[in-house]
Amino acid sequence: MKFALAGNPNCGKTTLFNALTGATAHVGNWPGVTVDKRTGVYKKLPEKVDIIDLPGIYSLSPYTPEEIVSRNFLLDENPDCIINIVDATNLERNLYLTTQILELDVPVVVALNMTDILQAEGGRVDEALLRQKLGVPVVSISALKSRGIVELTEAAYRAAQSPRVGATVVDGELLQAVRSAEETYRGHGVGNALFHAVKAVEGDSLERETHAEVCAALDTVKATIDTGIFEGDFEGVVADIRYRYIDKELKSALVRKKRADGALGKSDKIDKVLTHRIWGIPIFLLIMFAVFHLTFSENFLYLGWLIPDSFDVPIIGSSAINSPGVMLFNAMVWLTDTLGGAIGGVMPEGTWYTGLICDGLLEGLFSVLGFIPQILCLFLWLSILEDSGYMARVAFIMDRAFRKFGLSGKAFMPLIMCFGCAVPGIMATRTLENEPERRRTVMLAPFFSCGAKLPIWAAFGGVFAQAFTGMNAEVVVYSMYVLGIAIAILASLLLKLTIVKGETPPFIMELPAYHAPRAKNIAVRLWEKLKHYCFRAATVIAGAIVVIWFLSNFSFTFRYVPDDSGMSMLGMIGKGLSWLFVPLGFGMGENGWKFVVAAFTGLIAKEMVVATMGTFAGMDGDEALETDGAELADTALGAMMLSIGGVLGGFSAAVPAMFAFMAFNLLSVPCMAAVAAAGGELNSKRKLWTAIGFWMLTAYLTALIVFWYGMLCVACWWAAMLVGIAVAGGIATLAVLKAKGLLAFGKKRAPGQGDAA
Amino acid sequence: MEEKTLKALAKGESGIVKRVTGDGKLRRRLFDMGITPGAEVCLRKVAPLGDPIEITVRGYELSLRKSEAELVILQSIG
Repeated sequence: MKFALAGNPNCGKTTLFNALTGATAHVGNWPGVTVDKRTGVYKKLPEKVDIIDLPGIYSLSPYTPEEIVSRNFLLDENPDCIINIVDATNLERNLYLTTQILELDVPVVVALNMTDILQAEGGRVDEALLRQKLGVPVVSISALKSRGIVELTEAAYRAAQSPRVGATVVDGELLQAVRSAEETYRGHGVGNALFHAVKAVEGDSLERETHAEVCAALDTVKATIDTGIFEGDFEGVVADIRYRYIDKELKSALVRKKRADGALGKSDKIDKVLTHRIWGIPIFLLIMFAVFHLTFSENFLYLGWLIPDSFDVPIIGSSAINSPGVMLFNAMVWLTDTLGGAIGGVMPEGTWYTGLICDGLLEGLFSVLGFIPQILCLFLWLSILEDSGYMARVAFIMDRAFRKFGLSGKAFMPLIMCFGCAVPGIMATRTLENEPERRRTVMLAPFFSCGAKLPIWAAFGGVFAQAFTGMNAEVVVYSMYVLGIAIAILASLLLKLTIVKGETPPFIMELPAYHAPRAKNIAVRLWEKLKHYCFRAATVIAGAIVVIWFLSNFSFTFRYVPDDSGMSMLGMIGKGLSWLFVPLGFGMGENGWKFVVAAFTGLIAKEMVVATMGTFAGMDGDEALETDGAELADTALGAMMLSIGGVLGGFSAAVPAMFAFMAFNLLSVPCMAAVAAAGGELNSKRKLWTAIGFWMLTAYLTALIVFWYGMLCVACWWAAMLVGIAVAGGIATLAVLKAKGLLAFGKKRAPGQGDAA
Repeated sequence: MEEKTLKALAKGESGIVKRVTGDGKLRRRLFDMGITPGAEVCLRKVAPLGDPIEITVRGYELSLRKSEAELVILQSIG
């Protein structure tokens, strides 16, 4: 037996699903796309019942992927009962979906959720009246407090015992058309005849595809019906009938305490501050800053000046206090280091399998798992913001700014998350309902510099700061973040005009009432993230690490060459491929292939870039650069840079090549985990390969421009400045022309939509 | 006289929906969200950058862009 849970988004469906299935909840393994239906088992009835959690929908129209999934499930999978969850605090709009579900020939039970909140506000719902009008059982529940769950499932079980015939609220002339179409469908032996008949009268596109003849026959009948202001739009007529019915017959079931005019509820008061016309954006920026500060800062609350320089406690911080996120990160690193050391201690030295397990697998895996605390920490804050209802307001605040780049406000959150890690960022695109926008957002995700890339910028920043006076590490790091954002903006506009066309989607979004975040909801979400991340680490990443280790430690004759990376398969491949990167600068010289190999291992995981360069230094005993106190990786980097500088004429000439190298790492495929996540979200091999190609091409071209522009700067600074001014001027002119409407690219579609382009 | 649209409402002002224009998909979406003829709408708030807007309709809060609000034509009062 199976029960389907259907209802509006944000009506407490998932909370009910969790309450019903409890610890036995089997959460589907990331099927991707918006198509996110989940199955669980409820065991407290005489029979085992599968519970299917359908995506939240407002209607059974064929316009969004969630609606189509729900509709197809309800029509094709023959659930034994539909549990329609209705948010009592938002009765009118929720019952709109109910009137559509009731048209199916399936037993229905209405679960009236959030009645406790309504009561707290001094209102109530007349259950008996609803039951009488709707003709199906109505049960009051509180999904959050697990109240009324037993009564609900028993009612559903009873209802499932006997068949039910659909009922419609359509009336008047239209009803005759519906009845005749129903007759035809019945004659053809089509199930759910009434539902199909109503959809045929509405003339919805899905029905026209599947039952063209019936719809065509109806057109002649429909032509005789006067639709008044709807001008032949039968979808409009039917929607209007539904709402009128709810208004007239059902609305009286809701008894609400009238609020005194002008009095504000708690939600309104909070909202007044958070979406204030002037303070709204500053408050948002402050909250975002706090989220990152709590997760990534090594100088918590900027109290560093209070703490003596001699203060140096492991995990807690040195000459400052770490933020909770960094403390957890340090604790994790300490744990993995201790574990790795202990395992290394019992393994025989110098054998290939010790190398594989300790230097390859464990080191690689630990570097990835080390990020778990910070990812969970970031997700904790973001989940709190989301659960409280603030994220919906962020979309509201930011929509205008994002629209300029072909995205809606809803894309903001996923992209911000990518500064932490592209994997959760890409997964969070699932909240975007518009497919082209989702695809664009996924494709932009890697351009936001993630935590794993930071060590690369830091390493180069350190070398530059030591080698050149006047250059400091922060500028190098900061420039990479800015470059990433700039490229993302350009790429978004470009994608919109080329590969992933489609207008900026409409923005019609419910703003849910604020409520205190619920620990249970957040815990469930964090647990799912953790499980997913560990699963990836144990499969995709572990596999990649083993392959890379093998390739960099064995020659083509399968000789174990741990001390001569140049002879390894990876070394040979790197040397073979380095010509490809000569135009980008960093492929030049006798050491150029090492950069090439580092960039390639970076495609597996960006943590591996610095690790690979460090390994090369250790293996081949490169001459250390004469600098004071530089890290091993930094000095090895310096030596490698010298060899490129030797080709180009001087150490400083290597700087443009190194910036090109960084740009390449910033924009290329971020890591295998992100590719896997993108694969899940794009749900198509072709789209995934397009995305991968797009990333690599963007990385290559940007690095090319960075290198040659950098060379121009080094060779002749005033010429470089002139080129810079010319390009900036050109872009500004284009922007002005476009603003004045003199330039019409990408604006060919319907008038009135122009300002959305 | 030009018809008044939802976009033209002042903050705090209410109106009754007369009809909804626009293409099929968008119009259907507005209907599904409860913006049908006869529904009362009230402009609650304008986003900091001037767009989108927040309205109350059928007892809940809905956010939409001005370009979409322009499709909702209100009954002229008086």
